[in-house]
Amino acid sequence: MSRFLLVIRRELRLALRQRQDSLMVVAFFVLAVVLFPFGVGPEPNILARIAPGVIWVAALLAAMLALERLFQADYEDGSLELLALAPAPLEVIVLAKVAAHWLTTGLPLIAAAPVLAVLLGMNADGIGALMIVLLIGTPSLSLIGAIGAALILGARRGGVLLSLLVLPLYIPLLIFGVSAVDAALGGFAVKPHLLIMGGFFLAALVLCPWASAAAIRQALE
Amino acid sequence: MFHKFANPTRFLRLSTALTPWLGGLTVVLLTVGLYFGLFRSPPDYQQGESVRIMYVHVPAAWMALFAYSVMAAMSAAALIWRHPVAELIAKSSAPIGACFTFLALVTGSLWGKPMWGAWWVWDARLTSVLVLFFLYLGYIALYNAFDDRRRGARAASILALVGFVNIPIIKFSVDWWNTLHQPASVMRLGGPTIDAGMLTPLLLMGGAYAAYYLWVLMLRVRGELTAQKVRVLQMKRARREES
Repeated sequence: MSRFLLVIRRELRLALRQRQDSLMVVAFFVLAVVLFPFGVGPEPNILARIAPGVIWVAALLAAMLALERLFQADYEDGSLELLALAPAPLEVIVLAKVAAHWLTTGLPLIAAAPVLAVLLGMNADGIGALMIVLLIGTPSLSLIGAIGAALILGARRGGVLLSLLVLPLYIPLLIFGVSAVDAALGGFAVKPHLLIMGGFFLAALVLCPWASAAAIRQALE
Repeated sequence: MFHKFANPTRFLRLSTALTPWLGGLTVVLLTVGLYFGLFRSPPDYQQGESVRIMYVHVPAAWMALFAYSVMAAMSAAALIWRHPVAELIAKSSAPIGACFTFLALVTGSLWGKPMWGAWWVWDARLTSVLVLFFLYLGYIALYNAFDDRRRGARAASILALVGFVNIPIIKFSVDWWNTLHQPASVMRLGGPTIDAGMLTPLLLMGGAYAAYYLWVLMLRVRGELTAQKVRVLQMKRARREES
């Protein structure tokens, strides 16, 4: 546990010293959403209708943008090998890195989401549901993305490849994440969707560090 | 039995013996299946003649799932036992499976237009099969993304295992969600609910697709083994020229 916290502290310190990395993710998120009113026209009804989907898709792409650096920098300068040799299991270290990744990219995205929701004309019920479902969903994005980030270590054109590997696996989260917000906007029960998202998160929490650690081990061989 | 064929020479001998038989079986089953499907089976009371698309669509979808399952099982074997032939079988399965998936999507789309009035609907079955197609593409891309071929094989194997979560989702998507795509009518508890006149050509076509898959798989694995041999010989020659 102490090693888990140690890795998180290291990652957070690194992120704090290179603040623009997190800021860029949020800037991308905001810009991607802001493009839509120009693309589909400023009609408030249409914007309010597509708002949950637009915000979710933009959050998903923004989270993916930061994934490439999750293990890459440590892989290139060799510190990933030292982390793998540490006495803590590699799965725990992966989990710590994912947690730090979520704290530095997932949380800022969640903080920016309500502002964008207001810009797109979403009502208070929808914003509440959006916040909760993003809070459950973005950690799953980081966890699943970690598998992709570990698989592309040392590959050519890793960034493009990462999107091909990870985006198909994001589709279920997107479907249930959007339908939760849609349910809240339509006045239906949100809880079933949240429970399914919670189930995804728990499954990802158990399985993903394991798969990512396997991928890192074969990359370091 | 399984580990016996970790020896490529032994596997090569078996596949060389099997290939002509599998090719012949494919031709025979395909001819008979198409004859029964197109001329001898009854038209559907609702769908009319367009029900015949089923005989090319359904077996393609079966094989899309089957090829992925083979790929995942062989990837597991390659990761656990470092089984060299299993790795090649997984690699060779991917393009064939991707083609079957594409065929299932295209024929399904052609069938959907007259029946549902749309080329494509975003229901659970169609979406999950589309995800399967992307998983195949991701597997192939990851396999070829590394300068070191061993790395590519290992990374792609892990991806194949991760993507296997999609297979049960595809199979049960029509039961879990209320979809436009019809529920399972052949492989279900309590036996098939499909008329014998239609089931016969369907199973014949299923057999033909399976034989075709195995046939092409054998050809591809033999090609991979030969390519490996060529690579080794080239390395040897390069080393000789150096010294």
